[in-house]
Amino acid sequence: MDIVVTVKMVPDLVEELEVNAEGTDLDRSVVKLRINEFDEHALEQALLLKNQHGARVTVVALDSGEVDETLFTCLAKGADRAVKVMGDFQGGVSTHTAAAVLAQVLGGIPHELILAGVQAADDRDGQLAVLLGSALRLPHVSVVTGVEPSGDKAVTVRQEYSGGVVGELEVDLPAVLGIQAAPQTPRYAPVSKVRQMMKTAKLETIEAPAVEVGAGSIVTSLARPEAAGRAEIIEGAPEEVAARLYAILADRGLLKR
Amino acid sequence: MSADIAVVVEHLEGVLAEVSFEMLAKGRELAAAGGGMLWAVLIGHGVTRLAGELGAADGVAVVEQEALAHYTPEAYEKAAAAALQALAPRVALVASSSMGLDQAAGLSGTLGWPLCAYCKDVALTDGALTAVSQIYGGKLLATAEVPGEHAICAMLPGAAAAAAGRKSGTPPVREIPPPALDGLRVRFKRLIQPEGGDVDITREGILVSVGRGIGSQDNIAVVKELAEALGGAVSSSRPIVDQGWLPKTRQVGKSGLSVKPKLYLAVGISGAPEHIEGMRGAELIVAINTDPGAPIFDVAHYGVVSDLFDVIPALTEKVKSRA
Repeated sequence: MDIVVTVKMVPDLVEELEVNAEGTDLDRSVVKLRINEFDEHALEQALLLKNQHGARVTVVALDSGEVDETLFTCLAKGADRAVKVMGDFQGGVSTHTAAAVLAQVLGGIPHELILAGVQAADDRDGQLAVLLGSALRLPHVSVVTGVEPSGDKAVTVRQEYSGGVVGELEVDLPAVLGIQAAPQTPRYAPVSKVRQMMKTAKLETIEAPAVEVGAGSIVTSLARPEAAGRAEIIEGAPEEVAARLYAILADRGLLKR
Repeated sequence: MSADIAVVVEHLEGVLAEVSFEMLAKGRELAAAGGGMLWAVLIGHGVTRLAGELGAADGVAVVEQEALAHYTPEAYEKAAAAALQALAPRVALVASSSMGLDQAAGLSGTLGWPLCAYCKDVALTDGALTAVSQIYGGKLLATAEVPGEHAICAMLPGAAAAAAGRKSGTPPVREIPPPALDGLRVRFKRLIQPEGGDVDITREGILVSVGRGIGSQDNIAVVKELAEALGGAVSSSRPIVDQGWLPKTRQVGKSGLSVKPKLYLAVGISGAPEHIEGMRGAELIVAINTDPGAPIFDVAHYGVVSDLFDVIPALTEKVKSRA
């Protein structure tokens, strides 16, 4: 089976996010990008299918941030091919645009199963797996937590709904799946192995095709939410804080005798 | 240009989702602002009876077909597309839920209407649509102007009060002819109910909940000790379960369980919208996080900006000694 995993670089949410002077976008000159964590699960799901049933795994990413290192890491984890789509993506692109670009790029890459992370921190105009499915006119399923082959031409997937209820669906291939979580924790690639990949492996590059995407919405303001200010912040040394919390719990009768 | 508003109602196993009523409440506001009708779009098989709970709408557009007996992304998207093409609303509201992820972006792709995802708010002013999306893990709000005659907004659960959208009485029903649903490429197999774990976190009065800030699996012991001293249980946010550090039965949030304990002590949880959705109903929320800007402090009653490894052991000792 040919599996394509789309990999997206997103702002690292652990870092402080700075907004630009116009207040309409992140300050792209200081933003630190990392792989979308859900894409790591998509890759893990692909590698599990490869290990258990045999598959050829190709990772595809738009060029932005330190995507080379990310792609080499994917190779070190077990992906077979890594393709970097060259174009003007450093300032971030809408998901509609990314989907249109990737749909064309995938015309030249064998794919029976396309896996993407279910969502990304910045997909304000929708989720990639779904929009890619639409662009390619392929069936798509989001919030997937498990994929197993079902014969040669279909997969059985688990889709999570609210309250922990799970739907089991059979999906004809080719198909696009938005992966919420792989059945196991994404594997780790040791730095030495990534370095070795950087020396021995090659990233393939493709020029981004020109795409036409309808007018999306225009961000006029990007700002921190006004603190609802509900939390009363307790300050002091750990023992003082603990004493205050203890008193609050005791007041509310939450401490059993 | 139509000023009507359409709400794509969500239901599972014959029960309307709370977010459906929230969207009707927001839809009512938008319909009033634009002077249009409020439509509820109901998709399924044998679901027309649910129209009796949709009294907040001016009309219910029903797409009924046997192939829609169970939710599948493909069939429901086709049905919703047929309804939205027939209604041609100014704005279609879809839930930002598991099903809504499929539907909202799918409809945007199929119909070519712009989409604003993760909406906290949507407003129509003199016909102009603006949407406020909560992005970057809830850390930032993006306000956007949405051009065009039609748009789709995916509404976050909790963005509006459900009470205003909950009204009994059956509005006029308009039957929408179902689209061709043969040769579907996504087929329903079965629904799997959540497994019971050793602990049912939805029944616990006290939850000490851990997030990414805990750092490693070994550190969960620190939190477990406090939970035991308090007579409660340990729950967590999604990353902890994804890491395999706690079983799925302990996960609070959109793809986990919704909990309403007397005390929810959030430890090292930043408070992504998906998590907050599952715990905002707790009676008392206390958050401990090193990041003073963490969104969890917006829903918490009390907050401590500190390293959990300083505060938690001190509190555990205090509780144990009952001093």
